[in-house]
Amino acid sequence: MAVVVNHELCKGCQICVKACPFQAIDFDDVARKATINEKCTACSVCISKCPFKAISKDESDAVDLSAYKHIWVFAEQRDGELMGVAKELIACGRRLSRDISADTKCYALLVGNNLDALGQEAIEWGADGSILIESPLLEHFNTDGYTKVICDAIQEMKPEIILYGATHIGRDLAPRVAGRSNVGLTADCTGLEVDLEKYKAYCAKETTLDLSTLEGEDPNDKCIKQTRPAFGGNLMATIVSKKTRPQMSTVRPGVMSKQERVPGAKGEIIKVTPKLEESDIRTKIIKIVKEAKEMVSLTDAKIICSGGRGLGGPEGFKLMQEFADKVGGVVGSSRACVDNGWIGHEHQVGQTGTTVKPDIYFACGISGAIQHQAGMKNSKLIVAINKDPDAPIFGIADYGIVGDLYKVVPMIIEEWDNFSTAL
Amino acid sequence: MRIIVCAKQVPDTSEVKIDPKTNRIIRDGVPSILNPDDANALEEALLIKDKDPETVVTVVSMGPPQAKDMLIECLAMGADECYLLSDRAVGGSDTWATSNAITALIEKIGPFDMIFAGRQAIDGDTAQVGPQIAEKLHLPQVTYVQKFDISEDKKVVTVQRQLEDGYEVIEVPTPCMLTCIKELNNPRYMSVSGIVKACKPDAPIYVKSAKDVECDLSKVGLEASPTVVFRSFTPAPKAPGQIIQGEDERAQSKNLLAKLKEKHAI
Repeated sequence: MAVVVNHELCKGCQICVKACPFQAIDFDDVARKATINEKCTACSVCISKCPFKAISKDESDAVDLSAYKHIWVFAEQRDGELMGVAKELIACGRRLSRDISADTKCYALLVGNNLDALGQEAIEWGADGSILIESPLLEHFNTDGYTKVICDAIQEMKPEIILYGATHIGRDLAPRVAGRSNVGLTADCTGLEVDLEKYKAYCAKETTLDLSTLEGEDPNDKCIKQTRPAFGGNLMATIVSKKTRPQMSTVRPGVMSKQERVPGAKGEIIKVTPKLEESDIRTKIIKIVKEAKEMVSLTDAKIICSGGRGLGGPEGFKLMQEFADKVGGVVGSSRACVDNGWIGHEHQVGQTGTTVKPDIYFACGISGAIQHQAGMKNSKLIVAINKDPDAPIFGIADYGIVGDLYKVVPMIIEEWDNFSTAL
Repeated sequence: MRIIVCAKQVPDTSEVKIDPKTNRIIRDGVPSILNPDDANALEEALLIKDKDPETVVTVVSMGPPQAKDMLIECLAMGADECYLLSDRAVGGSDTWATSNAITALIEKIGPFDMIFAGRQAIDGDTAQVGPQIAEKLHLPQVTYVQKFDISEDKKVVTVQRQLEDGYEVIEVPTPCMLTCIKELNNPRYMSVSGIVKACKPDAPIYVKSAKDVECDLSKVGLEASPTVVFRSFTPAPKAPGQIIQGEDERAQSKNLLAKLKEKHAI
């Protein structure tokens, strides 16, 4: 979008030259005409300053936003199984589609091979329909193939919004698609709203934003307001992509909630035939190795017993395992312990680990660095056990015990059955 | 062969603190560091150079002039040369615009065999710039690389790509883009001779402007970025919790469990 001066209307007053914050307007003393130079950032200050309406924005290369409609959720599947985050995002996409308009739909975008059953399953999780892109070349995720078929589908069908899970696959694919389609992409969103009133309600509850600053915003602008943490959750920003379509976001697993599955739910199945050759795919998967280690399902756990540096060594995780076994929970860890090699990465909670929101989060010997907090502060109840009464973890804990975890935790284990109603 | 390493200078976010009164980030005194994943990217390039001294390791970065400090560190670790794209015209770029600018810089530097980048930078955590540079340069990519091997003829790379529940073994032809994670290697320290070399006035650190690298000004900077910050704020502070008292650990535990039961949590 370039700013241009119509020389027939320009009277040579030079008001725009002075008004430009970027020295982007040259003045030809001979012809007495203003001309925009390459420093222009299209900020448009000059347009309103010109008394002769000689300056305008050339909108001819702008994207026709109204041509884009419906929400797609990249419904990631691995080995024929729908990922949990896909179910969460289908529920989220469905909610947003209703907020945009009554005739906006939420489609599950499935890429793989033999996807009929998954297309139906996605509908049962809340999608209005499923778009299936099938080919033996897409059986396993590969960047080149998936990017091509998705970009082709975007061009043809023009969705307004696409949501991706921020998994190792989603975070490989989404930036590539955004790069090729030349659109904005916002990573690791924790809040998504299209409706201004709902965005205000979200901000009132979750943030310190002064809502009066939103008064000038157009309530009919249903652009997606994507809120994400920065600086380890210390700062939050809401990002919009007003000029480009589709708008794209990634969301980490566990952040949104899935809805109840409705068996037998009906929806539209759209099959897209991909234009894909073997030579389009430059990487070759030699093998896929599932690590035999115990699967840690932190995202689904009701109770997490997490240990930090305060454990003092790898043997501390034996106590945490005992604790978790007693309460029917899963063992979590802070980054420090993973970096020290006390426990595997799959146990790590936090910004670079897993985002969790269990019913109870026990933080034992965890000081509560902001990166850790970013991954667990949405837990329903947080219990902190720490020797240091000034540890930041107490700032976000619902209940705290200042004391030696090696003395406190065994007591909780001993007393648990006297209080728990669970069998 | 020439290896390009993408590096970013970032504030050490583990040192970032919040002023409890104003709820603002305290930036003063927060040290700037070489982004951790980028250190793994540089190390992998240096490991190749260790085996084949003919290898040229070129570090590229974009940022304010003070990002030179980080590039000095890269030289002292063993990089051969560094390029910094520093220009107000590229300031405020989002990931899409940043990848356009860095792509222009890499194209200006000339032919290469491989690009290593960190998976993500700790200030933004987006993990987007690496794949987007690969897209602009039409390169195949592998992200989350945790193990690396290259064939004798340097034509094929075999890597392990980390997944949540295991890994894939992937073969990819050069030139390619690989984004690295901390499991890949242990970055070396700066050597004394490296530091001496890197601190000389004629150290090979080249600062380039947007004009020098001929980047398309309509595709870089704040104005060109498709994503825009709509609002920014701090999260709502949580109501203060309760410290559970008790004469001994057993009493504390009982009091805690009673509270949890009261909340129907157990």
